[in-house]
Amino acid sequence: MAGDGRVVLVTGVSRDLGRKAARAIASEPDVARVIGVDVVPPRGDMGDVSFVRADIRNPVIAKVIAKEDVDTVVHMSVISTPGSAGGRNTMKELNVIGTMQLLAACQKAPGLRHLVVKSTTTVYGASNRDPAMFTEDMEPRRAPRAGYAKDVAEIEGYVRGLARRRPDLRVTLLRAANVIGPHVSSPITSYFRLPVLPTVLGFDARLQFLHQEDLLSVLRHSVVRDVHGTFNVAGDGILMLSQAARRLQRPTVPMPGFAVGGLGSFLRSARVADFSPEQLSFLTYGRGVDTTRMREVLGFEPRYTTAEAFADFGSRLPVTGGRSEKVLSALARQLPDPDARPRPETASDPAAVTAPGGARRG
Amino acid sequence: MGDAEIIPIGTRGRPGRGTGTQPSSAARGLAPKSPTKPATAATKASPRRAGPVTDPAAPAAPSEPTAPAAASTATRPPARTEERHPLAGVPGSDWLAAFQQAALEVFGEQWEPQLARFLAFLRRRVTGDYVVDEYGFDQEVTQRFFMAALRPIAEKWFRLEVRGIDNIPAEGGALVVSNHSGTIPVDGLMTMVTIHDQTGRFLRPLGADLVFQMPLVSSLARKGGATLACSEDAERMLRGGELVGVWPEGFKGIGKPYAERYKLQRFGRGGFVSAALRTGVPIVPLAVVGAEEIYPLVGNIPGLARVLGVPYLPITPFFPLLGPLGLVPLPSKWLLEFGEPIRTDDYEGGASEDPMLVFNVTDQVRETIQQTLYSLLMQRESVFR
Repeated sequence: MAGDGRVVLVTGVSRDLGRKAARAIASEPDVARVIGVDVVPPRGDMGDVSFVRADIRNPVIAKVIAKEDVDTVVHMSVISTPGSAGGRNTMKELNVIGTMQLLAACQKAPGLRHLVVKSTTTVYGASNRDPAMFTEDMEPRRAPRAGYAKDVAEIEGYVRGLARRRPDLRVTLLRAANVIGPHVSSPITSYFRLPVLPTVLGFDARLQFLHQEDLLSVLRHSVVRDVHGTFNVAGDGILMLSQAARRLQRPTVPMPGFAVGGLGSFLRSARVADFSPEQLSFLTYGRGVDTTRMREVLGFEPRYTTAEAFADFGSRLPVTGGRSEKVLSALARQLPDPDARPRPETASDPAAVTAPGGARRG
Repeated sequence: MGDAEIIPIGTRGRPGRGTGTQPSSAARGLAPKSPTKPATAATKASPRRAGPVTDPAAPAAPSEPTAPAAASTATRPPARTEERHPLAGVPGSDWLAAFQQAALEVFGEQWEPQLARFLAFLRRRVTGDYVVDEYGFDQEVTQRFFMAALRPIAEKWFRLEVRGIDNIPAEGGALVVSNHSGTIPVDGLMTMVTIHDQTGRFLRPLGADLVFQMPLVSSLARKGGATLACSEDAERMLRGGELVGVWPEGFKGIGKPYAERYKLQRFGRGGFVSAALRTGVPIVPLAVVGAEEIYPLVGNIPGLARVLGVPYLPITPFFPLLGPLGLVPLPSKWLLEFGEPIRTDDYEGGASEDPMLVFNVTDQVRETIQQTLYSLLMQRESVFR
């Protein structure tokens, strides 16, 4: 379709990812104007994006859409961390009520043609009955009962409802894997920033990541491309949690599941890490999503694989382990090199469980 | 005194255990000499002393001149107790030689590059620089550790005998369907080792959700190549050209009493046949004889099993009775026979949607395995030979 001069409204621009997404969309040649909406003004540079201070939880948003003649809405204002929103109740209200209001406004806007919603693979849940790779038409094996996953499931329900009521509207639902990047703050990044990683004893989760830049480009891509439907978006490949900890050179402390949960809620209340409760099952069982539709229907190819995205995230983190790697490399230097073997820069210490006194970034 | 030479045994100087004021003789032997005491003690020669012993508390032998003795004891540094490491006195060159000898022993003539290669492997593991596939299968660790650990059990303990290994296709997807027995799914592990050793392919087992719920078992299963027994995963693996192993009897098979050995249980709902039909891969029936006898299941504690959330809690002639020793499987002789592959690609398109056809193929597979089991049992000389 690519109409000349599209007007895009982006919600949730006060947060880093929303602001960057708005700027990325503004840089598309097809897009004439980008309006960023949030309750609080964004902290960083907005570039060409014009900011409108409006709460998506009240009907003012409908007026903004009508007045600015918006034809594309990008909904980014789904918060995953109760800490940043100021409590679980506020978070739920922002997520669910905000989305309801926004979608109601979208339904009433005749000029609106395209809705892009950034969802997450958290909707698939994580359990021992999961298939290895979720495709878009699979349901979670256990319906989420609380927290972020439930919010997202409800949001997706409302989005599907809107798609049903407005068949002329193109709805693109992007289920992004855990977004990771040097500046991303999310439950999973704050977990990996802990100096010592608590892991669930006897389980090794499969993880999939999406680099922040890939999230921005998939949002841009779906704004300008004429695609409709639900898509899993994730980097190629899988990392095991133990493998990820080794690549980060982070010592791990295996402990029983309930202890990890207890430690997580303690860290959350101590504001050390935003450890969300549904993260425990994710760190126990992990999750993988199939991205065939992303490639074939959406036509998007992520630039970073899961491992590369994780390496980029880890490259700026201080090292807190890696003693056994040093010992091994010192030993290896004493011996002749039998064949050219790769010498990775990253290293880690899986065995050491002592808390290092190194620098920490909570 | 002086008429008899008294030789104290085991103690030096005055024997005794020591009282509150007087230290014991052993303690006296250890204590440093005080510089003043020998001078005074030297005057009263102790007649009971005999033998060339230097006691710090007692003076030297009476024949010795007292003055030099006092001088020497005064200048001598205080005796110290020093803990000596048992390995302290071994020189470095001996260490090196021993290490080289050990390396030669373990890695053979080319020990240096071999050791370097092993170190490189260790470093790869430690730095996380390895690849797992989307099911979490870690080929390197499976090949190097799991297979290496299971191989001696398969070869030496159960003395596996394999027939019809050629029925496993060299490449492309295939579904190996086997009977299940043995209280603990050892037969699955043995089948994995056998197929890997004989064909070089990895068997990817499909496991019940209980496997992925149990700590440790869950992570080992994923690393070893297993995934959940559900139609999504089975079809995904078969489409990906993997060799998939399935035990359709499930817990009914491994948890059946010893009296019902080698009687196939119900073959699930035929989900494995639908998966094979949908992907058009051949079904290779496999009959395993010998696994029934490793842990003869003579009883069950259903109440406790329900509490623990497991399908059954086995009682074998040895298990709770001998404790951990009861976990050693009986060394039965195993026979594995892979049957002729059953083709599924010549059925028309909607075959997997036809329940009658699915049941028929399921029965065909089941009958094949049952017949093979009977013929193998006839050929077997005895359980352990």
